[in-house]
Amino acid sequence: MAETLLDVRGLRLSFATEKGSVRALFGVSFSVAPGETVGLVGESGCGKTVTALAVLRLLQSPPAIVESGEIVFRGEDLLALPEKRMCGVRGKSISMIFQEPMSSLNPVLTVGEQVAEVFTAHNVCGKREAAERAVEWLRKVHMPDPSLRAREYPHQMSGGMRQRAMIAMALALTPSLLIADEPSTALDVTIQAQILSLLRELRERERMAVLLITHDLGVVHDFADRTAIMYLGRIVEIAPTRELFADPIHPYTQGLLASLPGKRTGEKRLPSIPGTVPDLSNVPPGCPFADRCPFRREALSRFLAREVPADPLAVCDREDPPLYEYSGGHFAACHHQRTVRGGGAR
Amino acid sequence: MLRYIVRRLVGAVPILVGISLISFLMMHMAPGGPIGAGTDLNPKATAESRARLKAYYGLDQPLHIQYGRWLVRMSTLDFGDSFSPDGRPVAEKIKERIPITLTINVLSMGLIFLVAIPVGVYSAVRKGSLFDRISTVAVFTGFAIPTFWLALLLMILFGVKLGWLPISGISSLDYGSLGPLGKLADRAHHLLLPVLLLGFGGLAGMSRYTRANMLEVIRQDYVATARAKGLPEGTVVFRHAMRNALLPVITILGLSVPELLGGSVIFETIFAIPGLGQLFYQGVMSRDYPLIMGILTIGAFLTLLGNLLADVGYALADPRIRQG
Amino acid sequence: MNGTPGIGWDFARRLLRNRLAAAGGAVILFFFLVSALPGLFSTHEPNRIDIVNILRPPSGAHPLGTDDLGRDVLARVVHGARISLSVGFVAVGIAIAIGLIVGLLAGFYGGWADAVLMRLVDMMLCFPTFFLILSVIAFLEPSIWNIMTVIGLTGWMGVARLVRAETLSIKERDFVAAARAQGAGSARIIFRHVLPNTLAPILVAATLGVAGAILTESALSFLGIGVQPPTPSWGNILTAGKDNIEYAWWLSLFPGLAILVTVLGYNLLGEGIRDAADPRLKGR
Repeated sequence: MAETLLDVRGLRLSFATEKGSVRALFGVSFSVAPGETVGLVGESGCGKTVTALAVLRLLQSPPAIVESGEIVFRGEDLLALPEKRMCGVRGKSISMIFQEPMSSLNPVLTVGEQVAEVFTAHNVCGKREAAERAVEWLRKVHMPDPSLRAREYPHQMSGGMRQRAMIAMALALTPSLLIADEPSTALDVTIQAQILSLLRELRERERMAVLLITHDLGVVHDFADRTAIMYLGRIVEIAPTRELFADPIHPYTQGLLASLPGKRTGEKRLPSIPGTVPDLSNVPPGCPFADRCPFRREALSRFLAREVPADPLAVCDREDPPLYEYSGGHFAACHHQRTVRGGGAR
Repeated sequence: MLRYIVRRLVGAVPILVGISLISFLMMHMAPGGPIGAGTDLNPKATAESRARLKAYYGLDQPLHIQYGRWLVRMSTLDFGDSFSPDGRPVAEKIKERIPITLTINVLSMGLIFLVAIPVGVYSAVRKGSLFDRISTVAVFTGFAIPTFWLALLLMILFGVKLGWLPISGISSLDYGSLGPLGKLADRAHHLLLPVLLLGFGGLAGMSRYTRANMLEVIRQDYVATARAKGLPEGTVVFRHAMRNALLPVITILGLSVPELLGGSVIFETIFAIPGLGQLFYQGVMSRDYPLIMGILTIGAFLTLLGNLLADVGYALADPRIRQG
Repeated sequence: MNGTPGIGWDFARRLLRNRLAAAGGAVILFFFLVSALPGLFSTHEPNRIDIVNILRPPSGAHPLGTDDLGRDVLARVVHGARISLSVGFVAVGIAIAIGLIVGLLAGFYGGWADAVLMRLVDMMLCFPTFFLILSVIAFLEPSIWNIMTVIGLTGWMGVARLVRAETLSIKERDFVAAARAQGAGSARIIFRHVLPNTLAPILVAATLGVAGAILTESALSFLGIGVQPPTPSWGNILTAGKDNIEYAWWLSLFPGLAILVTVLGYNLLGEGIRDAADPRLKGR
């Protein structure tokens, strides 16, 4: 990639708890190019949202501590910015939409006030003009009756309308990057589709980059240029979306794709990944996926059955695999696949 | 919102009836009924006042008729005549005492509001800071300190040792000869300590409550949204978090009415302030039953009124009720 | 206990680790000792009048001075501890008993029993407690037993609300449904499942309640309608302090400090129990 808008490099982050420090991110690296949409996919608790909040520096510290890494946005390390300048980035250059439209709007302020506030906070214009622009933006997100709705409070609106208001708020200053954290998960299926198509429309019109956080592979498939798969505080695979779906490398990605309905017609049951996600406060050394990994299991059982003289994948229990690059822009963190397919370390 | 207020008002009616029933039963549970042991113990209750009382309660009637009469009389604020030598109607005595007590209570409430809320908000925003820790210690001490004792200590300090403040009454001897401004200053001078002390009792609880609310609100999603918009921390705290955190505080202010009223008995007695509390204390000491029952009922009524006002205030402040 | 905050070893460990709560507990133990063995702390007779030595400031013979009848203040404070503490405990015992019964009945049976009982609570809460207590005392003679009873009778509403809320939430949990499905009767469910789960919040309410009752008793005695002299109580020593405010600061200072420290001890322990029983609420 010639140009990068956001470049997260080796982000390690932990939370101080009563039982000691718990690491949530284990060196997360990815980048977003201008106008590009990157999907960040993983199960709940894998660190997607923490990554997003860390980019905007919205995690309360303490308890959150960035141990190492950089978050470079337009050539500047956001982690080094003074808080005052960071306020100028939030909502203006990078915006965020949250998962819960029900609780993400302030119940005691009108929706219009909350949208208008973005303009006044960044000194774009005066109060009266801000109110007019707020209505304008509510219209742009297809809010019915925008001038009337602007005077209403969140509790008077449906979930879909609230999410539209959130989107208006986030896009009001045409940011170059939008972070959307599960923007449609809490909504009904039909509303979900409407919100996603609205996001798509605005993405094209404003030519902004989107970091889309979701647990739904279906959404990224239709929406993202590139997709990163997160597991237990790490990115385990990242590739152009079409490539990832066509040829998943990491066994975790393979498992996720196999559990998608509609992929394997004829089978009665959707396969699921065996085992459970380990507790973050007690991560074993080595590959975090090892004890659920079909490759690792097979290797181990062959070794135990004395079919092979030595455990071929003993390395999985010792070393946390880095991302290895395969064909152009396709990275995956798996010892086994590296041996099978070859590929250089990143 | 009108519907909400009407619903509250209607809901208050059974409570009002219940209050009257409890007062009524209390009199009858007393040994010998309202004029039995009571008047025997009261040397000032003459045979005449005893007869008056008997007629007032209609003691020859069955209980439910008695209660019915009591209810009717209460709704017209007729509490009978006082046992005291002047024998004046209780309602009249209460009426002349209420303004001073209400003034002190309202001023104390204002003080609680002005001090406790900033302290609570600031402690929450700077949780774990030196300020938070000091105010937490102060709050715990405030909970534990007997306020009448604090009153004594402050009287010793400011009244006796330093001589800065008067320690009794609500006006100086030369009050009548002062101009309007002088009168105001004299009043303020006399009421300063009582108001401070009455308010002190509520300060600890209110600042703790504000802090807890604020901590709860700061974790809400909409506060994260406000931060994500790029608002400076001050705007996030004052415009987004505080408004929500203070909503329940309105209710608590209403709920603090009975405590303040109870406190005025102590402070009006200590500082010799001619208010409702002092009247009540004198009534209790001289076993002036009509007066006691009258003030008890009025006290409950004022509490109920305080709760209703708080509910209305809450409804006005919270758009979810105002617009719902 | 089915993941609900309960009282066990874990709880005790957390409680002891909380320095403030431990300090509160130490204060409480200290005053227990004072109440049990007053002779250990003061050799003077609390009621011996000594006309020669009235209103003497603190000295070697009288570490906390003497009062307006020449009685030793330390002896009166020490003997007053027993009175003040027993009022606190008995009053709270009464309040908890009533609150527990009302709360369990309302929460467990629901329906009209719940409606009636909770309206009763609302009504009782409308009376300024202090007014209510004074009114009752006007009808009865002020005596230590009457004081205890009255404070108890006017202080159960909070406990009732709390127990009701706990009961309602526990009633809906799976393990109660399971017990019911196995044919357990109401009494069994209440004693085996509901009561143990309400123990922690009740303990908190009781600890904080003792503090409140001690404060109320002292205020009543201070006003002369509580514990009657010559029986010493912290509140009525302060009455003498008020009467001699211009000459004898020690009469006001020491009994007040005793109240302050004791009440602080109970409050700290109460908060500590709350945190230990439910660590999620810590610092709130």
